[in-house]
Amino acid sequence: MTDAIQSVVMPKWGLAMQEGTLTEWHISEGDTIAPGQEICDIETSKIANALEATISGTVKRLVAKPGDTLPVGALMAVVVNGDVSDAEIDAFVKKFEDEFAELMAKAEASAPKAQSVEIDGRKINYLQMGQEGPAIVFIHGFGGDLNNWMFNQPNLSEKHRTYALDLPGHGASGKAVGDGSFAMLSGTVVKFLDAVGIDKAHLVGHSLGGAIAIAVAQAAPAKVASLTLISPAGLGSEINMDYINGFIGAQRRNDMKPVLSMLFANPELVTRDMVNEVLKFKRLDGVEDALKAISGSVFAGGKQANLLRDALAAVSVPVQIVWGTEDRILPVSHADGLGGNVTVTRAPNVGHMAHMEIASEVTKLIETAAAS
Amino acid sequence: MARKLSFRGAINEALRQEMERDKTVILMGEDIAGGTNAPGEQDAWGGPLGVTKGLQPIFGPDRVMDTPISESAFIGAAIGAATSGLRPVAELMFVDFMGVCFDQIFNQAAKFRYMFGGKAQTPVVIRCMIGAGFRAAAQHSQCLYPIFTHIPGLKCVVPSSPYEAKGLLAAAIRDNDPVMFFEHKLLYDVEEDVPEDPYTIPMGEANIVREGSDVTIVTLGRMVSLSKDAADLLAKDGIEAEVIDLRTTSPMDIDTVLESVENTGRLVVVDEAHPRCNIATDVSAQVVQNAFGALKAPIKMVTAPHAPVPFSPALEDLYIPSPEKIAAAVREVHAYA
Amino acid sequence: MLQLSRDDLIHAYTRMRTIREFEERLHIEFGNGEIPGFVHLYAGEEASGVGVCQHLNEGIDYIASTHRGHGHCIAKGCDVNAMMREIFGKEGGLCKGKGGSMHIADFDKGMMGANGIVGGGPPLVCGAALAAKTLGTGGVAVAFVGDGGSNQGTTFESMNLATVWKLPVIFVFENNGYAESTPSSWSVSSGDIVKRAEAFGMPGMQVDGFDFFAVYEAAGEAIARARRGEGPTLLEVKLTRFFGHFEGDAMTYRAKGEVEALRENKDCLKIFRAKVTETGLLEAKVMDEIDAEVKKLIDDAVADAKAAPYPPDSELLTDVYVSY
Repeated sequence: MTDAIQSVVMPKWGLAMQEGTLTEWHISEGDTIAPGQEICDIETSKIANALEATISGTVKRLVAKPGDTLPVGALMAVVVNGDVSDAEIDAFVKKFEDEFAELMAKAEASAPKAQSVEIDGRKINYLQMGQEGPAIVFIHGFGGDLNNWMFNQPNLSEKHRTYALDLPGHGASGKAVGDGSFAMLSGTVVKFLDAVGIDKAHLVGHSLGGAIAIAVAQAAPAKVASLTLISPAGLGSEINMDYINGFIGAQRRNDMKPVLSMLFANPELVTRDMVNEVLKFKRLDGVEDALKAISGSVFAGGKQANLLRDALAAVSVPVQIVWGTEDRILPVSHADGLGGNVTVTRAPNVGHMAHMEIASEVTKLIETAAAS
Repeated sequence: MARKLSFRGAINEALRQEMERDKTVILMGEDIAGGTNAPGEQDAWGGPLGVTKGLQPIFGPDRVMDTPISESAFIGAAIGAATSGLRPVAELMFVDFMGVCFDQIFNQAAKFRYMFGGKAQTPVVIRCMIGAGFRAAAQHSQCLYPIFTHIPGLKCVVPSSPYEAKGLLAAAIRDNDPVMFFEHKLLYDVEEDVPEDPYTIPMGEANIVREGSDVTIVTLGRMVSLSKDAADLLAKDGIEAEVIDLRTTSPMDIDTVLESVENTGRLVVVDEAHPRCNIATDVSAQVVQNAFGALKAPIKMVTAPHAPVPFSPALEDLYIPSPEKIAAAVREVHAYA
Repeated sequence: MLQLSRDDLIHAYTRMRTIREFEERLHIEFGNGEIPGFVHLYAGEEASGVGVCQHLNEGIDYIASTHRGHGHCIAKGCDVNAMMREIFGKEGGLCKGKGGSMHIADFDKGMMGANGIVGGGPPLVCGAALAAKTLGTGGVAVAFVGDGGSNQGTTFESMNLATVWKLPVIFVFENNGYAESTPSSWSVSSGDIVKRAEAFGMPGMQVDGFDFFAVYEAAGEAIARARRGEGPTLLEVKLTRFFGHFEGDAMTYRAKGEVEALRENKDCLKIFRAKVTETGLLEAKVMDEIDAEVKKLIDDAVADAKAAPYPPDSELLTDVYVSY
């Protein structure tokens, strides 16, 4: 009956994740679980999130304890279907742990690695996951990078070719952005689709990346199958410049933490490691200049310079918007009165980062859009 | 794009990128290329431990200069060149060799700006190896950074990992003051993710490498990873230690230390230097002066003993602070009522 | 001698006279208790500093000096008023009153500083020469070293390095016969310092340091060689000092009448004056006028320094770092 024994392991959320800390179990030994059920909270170097079960059965053993920091793929719990003896479980755990080192090495070897293409003389870094199915392209926002999609991209890559890119001046892409104009940013994404051989893609954009997705749909309608926009820019003039200027100006942990806290409805989601990762990005040569150039161009005078409501209304493919009602960067009221093909989901108790704060819901919405 | 890079590779990459960025950056030191004018290979060594390997073939012998074994002359020359238009990075090899060139560092470089009324600028970096554990005995294993930390006019950097080393070295090279850069030789083969792009880590900002609310561990250099190991041991017993990597001893970010001690009330300072007048005593004194009211227990210091570094592996292993010793100290201050 | 123009001669005489007047006056002011700390006077050695520096360019050429640095400063063109204020420890001093006599310096003039450490300068000069070579400025660097400094390891190391790296350095050993109180005839193992040149693979010259023209000619050859990229040269300048090692030195180690005889027969200013008047290159009257002008310059500098305030308390902590 050993095939009835299944494992719950430390998940891999995003390229950079190597380990996670189990902060709390939501299940006890003896509970029955089903797919989609939140079974525990895990803190990663980026953010804390709930792990959902992908299997069903009875929880027989919680191997990991709250507080344990485990490498990705490590055994956390044993779930069984039917009668399984303790001895069999002991043997399973022992075998798993014996094989784990080998597994880790294999996981390392087969882990997706970021790649790059050159567009307009600038390196554009991207992460492709999944080789089959319709294409999904993720576009992050101001100051973000491709890892912002770490909770969404892996699951979606099972049935889709997914691409998350680093915008110019961001992540590991080239830092020279010239005037940092919106046209340069959206033009880069259009050229990116050609460069990696995507004929048609479902675009997912967050914040400034949402506005870019709209502009791409406007400029190259034939290349766009649908739009999923999370707290998109471009739909109103207000923007929280305290955030933008704070992000550009913060050099130290104590200055950056309150800035990042504005992103989330629950500021406790901002971990020390998340702050460190952002500071690591900001320390790279050229980043500060790039961010200043982009901000000076797209948020000139403390307002959004590119209003795309008409452009969005003219988009003929399905458009869905997800917007946290507690968004402190771009107000949810920008989603009012859009009409056209636009479906709006207003998420309560969510801030500017719905794709991280309610990752599984957003992933499902993207999946639905990409399936239609 | 980040990829795994060793501490050695991170330093090499920082040197290469800074030399590409600024033509006034030059390197000098004994055998940093190796084989100059010899009948065999040029760049034969790339430094005694291979840290500067491959740089002379890129930048040529005028920018990657082998020197005679003559520390006073070339360390002094690096300092003189720094006052007159270059940005030299000189390698002293082992910090233990400071004895034959210290005057140039502490009486000349450190004091120029002050003595000369602000007219001099001395953007020199002096790299050197520190640390025990290499079976290199008493004259090649010391952690002498406290001596340099004592001197106004010098900055002192003690990196703890590859990521830290690359960003701090780039910052040191771009800095306009003389900087001592101390590389623990047991770290050279340690690997971690390091961005390919150049970046700088500001001096004078400590790094909280692990959060915890029970005890604060303040440390630096190689002792950071040992302290993290100790914290992992302690976590199994439910003791959550906060580990602070000072990164630079001059300037020193005492604010981050005080903030943490205000929260935990308990402090262990871990320093591989000898126990008298070292970084541990300095941190302890500053905490006592500025956060006495927050302390719930006496401060413990985990350091090397007041003895030269022994040769015999059995004795040397005893000499170096270990995660177990650190954990024991933490348990002691944690248990103090 | 003939290669020097009238302007050159006036320039050289003015600088030598300025040094002499500066130092003679400091001797008096120190005796009056007006000057704090240690002061080491250069009087008697003027032909050396000026003979060498006459060839140097303020912008690209560097010198490093010794304890006995005032003369080198003036020879390299440092401002006399600011120097005087510095030595008095006053605001507006060349180093804001924070260096004093032993650390007097002006990087804007290529003067890397008097040095409180014997043998401190030669390694630094190698660096300045390396910078000149690397940056292609055409500059040279001169290390002034005393007979005391000639025995320091830093000096030996620097001579070796300068040859190995073929640096545009001139090592000028001002052998005034005494390292502090110890005669060079006893402490310099080779007797003549110039003999050491060969050991370090460079040409060496020994010149009469009481004769400006001899120093000027030898230094010219060495500096030209350095500028041509042919490497370092050693120059031993034999001379003497009129005062003690430092002010307050009773000079009991010197022979009775030694200084008086030197002042009478080996005064570089007297020798200069005699040579230029005999050959008709410069008239006594011109030099008399210079003497008067220099005297006024020094009178004014002393008055100015005495009147100047001490640096404000806030200066205690400035200029420790560029940024910290």
